Amino acid sequence: METLKGNITSVMTEEAYEYVKITIAETGESFDCSTNESVLEGMRRLGKRGIPVGCRSGGCSVCKCQVVKGEYHQHRPMSTEYISKQELEENCVLTCCIKPKDNLEVKVIGKMHKNICEK
Amino acid sequence: MAITGVLRPGHAQIRVLDLEEGVKFYRDVLGLVDMGRDSQGRHYFKAWDERDHHSVLIRQADKAGIDLFGFKVDSEETLNKFEKDLQAYGVTTKRIPAGEMINTGERVQFTLNNGHTIELYADKKDVGNCQGYSHPKPWTPEAEHGIAPVRMDHALLAGGDLDQALDIFVNVLGFYLVEEVVAPDGMKVGIWLSCSNKVHDIAFLRHTEDAKLHHVSFYLDTWEKVLRAADIMSMNEVPVDIGPTRHGITRGATIYAWDRSGNRFETFAGGYISYPDHKTLTWPLEHLPEGLDYAQRKLHETFLTVFS
Ligand code: FES
Ligand SMILES: [Fe+2]
Repeated sequence: METLKGNITSVMTEEAYEYVKITIAETGESFDCSTNESVLEGMRRLGKRGIPVGCRSGGCSVCKCQVVKGEYHQHRPMSTEYISKQELEENCVLTCCIKPKDNLEVKVIGKMHKNICEK
Repeated sequence: MAITGVLRPGHAQIRVLDLEEGVKFYRDVLGLVDMGRDSQGRHYFKAWDERDHHSVLIRQADKAGIDLFGFKVDSEETLNKFEKDLQAYGVTTKRIPAGEMINTGERVQFTLNNGHTIELYADKKDVGNCQGYSHPKPWTPEAEHGIAPVRMDHALLAGGDLDQALDIFVNVLGFYLVEEVVAPDGMKVGIWLSCSNKVHDIAFLRHTEDAKLHHVSFYLDTWEKVLRAADIMSMNEVPVDIGPTRHGITRGATIYAWDRSGNRFETFAGGYISYPDHKTLTWPLEHLPEGLDYAQRKLHETFLTVFS
């Protein structure tokens, strides 16, 4: 299976990582996220809310956010069905496909946004 | 022969964002048998106990989702007849030459108002399940590699014109409506259709966007194997959507999860045997929560919002 080999190499080659703070612009809520995992997964694993969680694999767009502050890097392909080049240039991203480099502030713009932010 | 006309779902062609990662996932985590790649870059798989050459194709694209869903019909005559009937219904059909898809005969392709491409074919090479056709063993080494479903079972597709899909599948292709979700005003929100004794061979959800994939589903023998699938998913950090739990609708014991590109897939066991003379089971929309997740009786928000 993918598992066994995957785990061994990932343990051996894991790079040093640190924790940074992700802030949701609309609510001011924040959570700590490792520079080693996606912004979305960091939030979800802690049981935090704010960004809608869907496929966690870049295919469905519900986790779409605009990064308004801070540096990140894209570690996975994002479906162009939902993210155009133009949007990427404006730092609109699928948060399941980016890892933070330092503290980030994000605005939630994906579907289900209403349900979560305007309760 | 009791099952005539459309026999069963034959193949799903799924778009992935990274082909090599997709191959690893479908082969080693989902545990389908690798049947190779064609010159167009489509990679072919079959479930271990299926006999025809393939049931899942993946290809790399910049957007996730489903290209097409195919059904096997019982003969060339039936294929010709459905082609004529679809045209008479007002649907444009297209013939794809034999061999365009490896080991597959001519296909008759058409597009639903929903935006989904559906195709029919009569011929695909029988490669068996490695056990031959005399005194076969009950399972093979492939039956334990990864999740290892027995077959690709059905798909749930989403789009705006549920009514046309229902009309074509029932009145042209001979399916029957097994279960449905109905809104208070009588509008159908979801339909589960069968061309066999299975509770669903294809299903549709009403949705604001067309041509969307909700999930492609894979059948397992037992609830125990559904739990084993849950372990394998977690061992491989596969994002899980819902479950393990049981659907009220179709009674399947299920897990919804996503492939590496955000295409939802299902691994399930159970359900019941349905017959064309059975009355349709209806789930008023207010009962969708337990229709979806009988154990938790909750409407998971992702069910009606997350598609690829
Ligand atoms: S959760 Fe589906 S694209 Fe991020
Ligand atoms: Fe299903």
